[in-house]
Amino acid sequence: MIEKTAVASKEMVRSRFPKDKDVLFRPKAIIECYKEIPCNPCETSCPFHAITIGEDINAIPQIDFDKCTGCGICVHSCPGLAIMVAMIKNGKAYFKVPYELLPIPLVGERWLAVNRNGDVISDCKIEQVMPGRKSTNTTTVVTVSLEQPYLYDFVTIRRPGDE
Amino acid sequence: MIKRDLVIVGGGPAGLSAAKVALDAGMSVTLIERFNQLGGQLIKQTHKFFGSQLQYAKTRGFDIARILIDDLKGYDDQLEILLDATCVGFYPDKVLTVYQYGKYMKYLGGSVIIATGASEKVLAFENNDLPGIYGAGAIQTLMNIYGIKPGKEVVMVGSGNIGLIVSYQLIQAGVKVKALVEAASTIGGYLVHASKLKRLGVGFLMNTTVKKAIGKDHLEKVVTVKLDDRWQEIPGSESEIDADVLCISVGLSPLHQLLSMAGAHMLDVSELGGLVPKKTCDYETSIDHVYACGDVTGIEEASSAMVEGRICGLMAANHLGFKHPEAQSLEDDLNNQLCVLRQGPCGEKIRCGLKKVGEIYD
Repeated sequence: MIEKTAVASKEMVRSRFPKDKDVLFRPKAIIECYKEIPCNPCETSCPFHAITIGEDINAIPQIDFDKCTGCGICVHSCPGLAIMVAMIKNGKAYFKVPYELLPIPLVGERWLAVNRNGDVISDCKIEQVMPGRKSTNTTTVVTVSLEQPYLYDFVTIRRPGDE
Repeated sequence: MIKRDLVIVGGGPAGLSAAKVALDAGMSVTLIERFNQLGGQLIKQTHKFFGSQLQYAKTRGFDIARILIDDLKGYDDQLEILLDATCVGFYPDKVLTVYQYGKYMKYLGGSVIIATGASEKVLAFENNDLPGIYGAGAIQTLMNIYGIKPGKEVVMVGSGNIGLIVSYQLIQAGVKVKALVEAASTIGGYLVHASKLKRLGVGFLMNTTVKKAIGKDHLEKVVTVKLDDRWQEIPGSESEIDADVLCISVGLSPLHQLLSMAGAHMLDVSELGGLVPKKTCDYETSIDHVYACGDVTGIEEASSAMVEGRICGLMAANHLGFKHPEAQSLEDDLNNQLCVLRQGPCGEKIRCGLKKVGEIYD
């Protein structure tokens, strides 16, 4: 139960992905906001109006995968660091994830892939690093690749040696 | 005696927001702040805020402080800011005594807004005065104002938003969070904050509290104990965690003392964190032209404190005949913002508490 463990169940995680896996041949935002809190920057930051919360900003965000382009602006914007972008390409899973620790990874490095329970599940390759811009408000977003079977398990990266 | 249209006690999110609106309405304002800079707790907050754009959502707390402080620029002939100044007395005739740099001063406000915020609750256990045991606010002050790491390994007590946020800040500063201890069976704060910690490898010890601290000159070990469903210690369930820092984040109490001293009608409301002033829907306390806003009226998020502060500034101005250029539309908009912030399940406690002090939410 997430209120006791802070870990979303497999069913909860799956419910945030497109039902049809083929949709992920293009990048899509995965929004893991499971409880109602007063917050709506994902909705107001999306340039494609793909995310809907509505007038009651406590409502849980709904995403329209037809409109989502996987641009990742919501990943930068979410105060809860609860959004990532997922994509499947050539049998690999690609993710854009927010990362707020130092040091910031470098492109080409191999880091550890971590699941929602904080366990290392695999290693992964750092594909791209978009640092927070001049303003302190943007969060660094890192693109990584790893084996496709970890699609529903992966959530963040960890520096090798920090196991 | 220095006379002002409005004296505001507290330069945090509520006080700063109140000042801005009152200045726009044309009032002369003195803002009294105990610390050596304005911003209150905002200056220690490195996380991005929730809420909507109207309350600076997705902006980091210390940047919000900068925005609110910048909003007060350009009012030099109307505004006096006293830093390092403590309001030590407040009387029913709206006289305030202020201590600053070894001197006492007396102020008389046409209106007074009390926006003193809150103080941290403590936890009773054996050796809780050992060096290395801090409140969460002290840890944030050390790290985020003075740039000092409090230690190497920390045990956090309390899973409310402050406990969760400060744990995350400690990890960002390179401090190891050994465990997060929570007496209740469920996590108190936002789950998105808790999930952030969980994926960084922090263990949550639920139904657990601190039994005692061990150490000679400084904290060395924390002894935890499991609690049953009646919050009683389970004998034999003790366990030891090596740590040089214990951070206590078990809630806040409104800083009501000035209002109590002036004789404002106070109510003890557990949902709001303790003793709070009874107030009208115009934020006026039982003393005419004395208002209160922010955490001193009930423990809540800074987002609400800012909105309450603006309403309070507007009311203080209105009642003394100062006309804010957008008074009516502003009032409607601000009240709507508060309703929206509080209407979800997270707002249930505050809605329930506010009903008891005279504000009605349906």
